[in-house]
Amino acid sequence: MIKYFGITARFNLFKKASTSLSDENLGILVFENTSEVIQAEKILKAHGIIIKVMGPPPKIQTGCDLVISFPLIKELNILRLLKKADLAPQQVVPVTDPLLVPVNLFQSKNFGKFLMVRAANMKITVEIKSQKIVNISGGGCPDVPYLAYKMVGKTLAQAPDPLEIGHTLCGYALSLAFEEIKKQC
Amino acid sequence: MLAVVGTIPENDFPLTTGKIKAFGNELNINKKKVPVNRGTPALLSAMEQTLKTLGNREITSFLAGDIGLGDGSFKLYQYLVDNIADMDIDVIVFHYLQPDVDWHNKIIFRLQELKKKPIIIADAGFMYAAKMSGLAPSYDLFTPDAGELAFLADEKAPHPFYTRGFILHKDNKIPDLITRAYSHGNAAENLLVKGSTDYIADKSGILSSVNSPATEAMEAMGGTGDTLTGIVTALIGSGMEIPEASEKAAMINRLAGFYAKPDPAYPGW
Repeated sequence: MIKYFGITARFNLFKKASTSLSDENLGILVFENTSEVIQAEKILKAHGIIIKVMGPPPKIQTGCDLVISFPLIKELNILRLLKKADLAPQQVVPVTDPLLVPVNLFQSKNFGKFLMVRAANMKITVEIKSQKIVNISGGGCPDVPYLAYKMVGKTLAQAPDPLEIGHTLCGYALSLAFEEIKKQC
Repeated sequence: MLAVVGTIPENDFPLTTGKIKAFGNELNINKKKVPVNRGTPALLSAMEQTLKTLGNREITSFLAGDIGLGDGSFKLYQYLVDNIADMDIDVIVFHYLQPDVDWHNKIIFRLQELKKKPIIIADAGFMYAAKMSGLAPSYDLFTPDAGELAFLADEKAPHPFYTRGFILHKDNKIPDLITRAYSHGNAAENLLVKGSTDYIADKSGILSSVNSPATEAMEAMGGTGDTLTGIVTALIGSGMEIPEASEKAAMINRLAGFYAKPDPAYPGW
C-alpha cells in the first residue's frame, strides 16, 4: 500500500495480464480507435489468448491511443478471430520500441457513506449502502460526460460496463475503477 | 470574441455555433437547449454566471455532439481550421475534445497566424493533445488537476493513463511536478492546478495557493473542475491578468462549493 495525494492506493491494475509476455517475439495490433481495441481485447481474452493492452510506441501515437501486444507466434490465429468479428487491425507490427505501461495503481477514499475509487485519471463514487453510483469525475476525453450520464444513478449491478459503451482511454480507465469498486463494495 | 470550444455528450447534437444564453439549468445556443450538468455545459454556465456579475460580456460557443468516437470533435476542428482566420478572438478555451495531435497542430498554427494572438486556454482532452504535440508553451493557461499535472510532468506519457509511477508517487510532489513540467516544455505560460490546495504557477514556480474554504466532497463531484475553468476564463475575458484571475477563480469556485454544502452524491440523482 502506498499514499498518493493523501489517498490509500494499491497496485493491481492489469494484474491478470501477467508478465508471461516477454518483450521478445511480441507484436502489436494497431486499430483505428480505442473502441475497437476494447472489443478486440474482449474477443481475444475470451479465446484464452494472453495479450496486454498497452500504450503505442511514439512512432504511431496519435492521441487517445491503446494497442494490443500479443505473442507473434499466435498472429495467424488472432487475425482469423478478429477478421471473423469484423475487427481487422489497421497494422500488425513487431515490437521494436518499449511499449508504454498503463498507470498501475488504484486509490480509494472513504467519505463515510460513500466510497470513491480512482484509476488513472478517472474517479467513480458509490453510496455504500445502496450500491448506487452517485458520481463520476475526472478525465478529459469526450466520452466522460456521456459515461457519467449513462451510469450515475444506477446501482453497480445495473450500470452498463464502461468497456461496453466507452470509447477512449478515459473510458478504459473508468472500467478499471468500476471493476475495483465492485470488489471493494 | 470570447470563445469556448467543447462537446456535448449526445450522439446527434449537430455542430452548433453561437452566443450562449442561460435559463435556469439549461443553456440555449441557436435555439438548441443543453442541460447543465458537467463537462462543457458546466464550464459555459459558470462562465455565464461570472460574466453576468462582471458586466455581461457575450460568450461565443463552438459545440458538437461527441460520445467519445471523436466524430463531433473532428467536425469542430475542421470548422475552426476553415474559419478561424475570419474570427476576432481575444480569448479562447478548449475543453472536452478528442485528443488528436494533427488536428491540434492545425488549429494552433491557425491561431498563431492571426494578427493578434489570442489568449489560449486548455483543459481536459485538448490539454492532453497540447502537451503531446510539444506546443504547450504556446498556451497561456492550463488548468490540470493533480493527476493531470503528473502527466504534464512526465515527458514520455501521451495520456494520463500512461503516467509513470515514479512521477505519480514523488513526495512533496506539486512544486516538483510543476518544475518538471516546465523543464520539459510541457506546461503553458501559466498553470492553475486544481486540488485540495489550488496552485497558481508559472515557470518561476508557485506564485500563490488557495486552500480554503475546503469542501472535501468536491473531489468526488463531476463538474467542479469544469466550473473552475469556466470562471477563470470569464475573469481573463474581463481583462484581468492571468495569475490574478486564477487565484480569484480558485477562491470563487471554493466559495460556491462551500455554500452549496454538497456531499459526494451532489447534485443528487
